[in-house]
Amino acid sequence: MKIKCQKCGKEATLHVTEIVQGQKIEKHLCQHCANQEGITIQVQMPLAQVLEELLQTAAGRELANLRCDVCGINFLEFRQKGLLGCPNDYTVFEQALMPLLERAHEGASQHVGRVPGSAGETERRQNELLRLRSELKDAVASEQYERAVQIRDRIKELEVE
Amino acid sequence: MSDLVVSSRVRLARNIGGMPFLSRCSDSQRSELASGLSQTLQGLALAEPMQYIDVESVDELERQMLVERHLISRNQAEAAGPRGVAFSTQETLAAMVNEEDHLRLQALRSGLQLEQCYDEVRHLDDLLEQHVSYAFSSRFGYLTACPTNVGTALRVSVMLHLPALKMTGDIEKALRAGRDMNLAVRGLYGEGTEALGDLFQVSNQSTLGRSEEQIITDFRDQIVPAFIDYETRSRELLLKTRRAALEDKVFRAWSVLRSARVMSAEEALYLLSHIRLGLSLQMLPGLTIELLNQLSLLTQPAHLQQLSGKRMNPSERGEYRAKLLRDTLGAIKGVG
Repeated sequence: MKIKCQKCGKEATLHVTEIVQGQKIEKHLCQHCANQEGITIQVQMPLAQVLEELLQTAAGRELANLRCDVCGINFLEFRQKGLLGCPNDYTVFEQALMPLLERAHEGASQHVGRVPGSAGETERRQNELLRLRSELKDAVASEQYERAVQIRDRIKELEVE
Repeated sequence: MSDLVVSSRVRLARNIGGMPFLSRCSDSQRSELASGLSQTLQGLALAEPMQYIDVESVDELERQMLVERHLISRNQAEAAGPRGVAFSTQETLAAMVNEEDHLRLQALRSGLQLEQCYDEVRHLDDLLEQHVSYAFSSRFGYLTACPTNVGTALRVSVMLHLPALKMTGDIEKALRAGRDMNLAVRGLYGEGTEALGDLFQVSNQSTLGRSEEQIITDFRDQIVPAFIDYETRSRELLLKTRRAALEDKVFRAWSVLRSARVMSAEEALYLLSHIRLGLSLQMLPGLTIELLNQLSLLTQPAHLQQLSGKRMNPSERGEYRAKLLRDTLGAIKGVG
């Protein structure tokens, strides 16, 4: 049996038990009436919901098929886990991530804080390293050991730079 | 009344450039990260050197101890694969390796000490940066596995003790005001945990578009004073209109803690919260905040077993916990 909201009669989705001055008070409310009463249970930004809405749009459907060629995840996989696969995803999925970032960060989409001393020159090198590490994984998986050694040497060179 | 800020924490998320984020790392990449970062962390020229615990190889009890001391997250304790934590002797500074991000740097101090926490964690960040190269973009700042942390990747949290707001029923209003300021409110052990013992962890959600200093200053000048003000007003109201009920809560908790024979961890937190309120309202001479904080930690399951020197099931723990509280608080004279 579904419990009705004690305020408006719609289906209640929120059930609260409060102890006020030793009296136990049970409340059954729908989301709308609960909001009006000032009762909120959503603590976190509903990330999944934001993404869901995004993917309903025409542009969103196109974005769903985007795939990062470095770490291999596509936008749908990100949506399921809520976690990105590598730093390069911020570039690959930039368009799709923008609305999400703006929702999560009060409209902001540009970093204004601290910058690591080594910033500038490292972005290019880091992306190169990412790509090489992914190639190394593939080379080992397909037993191309000579190629793997070459890639490993190149990684070592880049790491020292 | 700033004693209602139990602790302050500042955390920075960092990832190593040129490496996939943790969920896409191969086993060997995870090991590489864990061994490289543990060596780097232990070798840093900090005033207090850090020791490293390999969380993968220690037993469950030790992991639980680290969680209870807020040195690692529950996620870090329950995850699999190479991972660990480095922390300073005083435990104010810690660095989790291979949690959701490659590195989670945190400074944790009792009371309201946000600037000190930020200075300490920033210093650690500066030192680390001389040895590793972070994933960073000029547009999005420090790149994190979850886009909700990107930018400064800074999370500021304060643990607030808000028993009077809970008693007057105004807690929901206060928490809603907090959410309107785009804050997250969680329980004692962070994400997904309940607000036990009237303890609420309030932290910023947005990390992009404002500098680290702005985020800290907001907390110091606006957010924390707002919560202190709500709670103080509730306490004043209670003292004026329901003094007997308030005192009854405090002294009832005091007697139960000094005489019970069996006590769960949850009940202990609940009762200790009431005597924390009594202490703050100067109703319990002889009791100190240090002792209270110590008891709050020692009555947690893993610490209790460590203290007793043996593994105990929940019912044995209940008896041992009651005895610890009885002996410690029973020794305090001249109250009530």
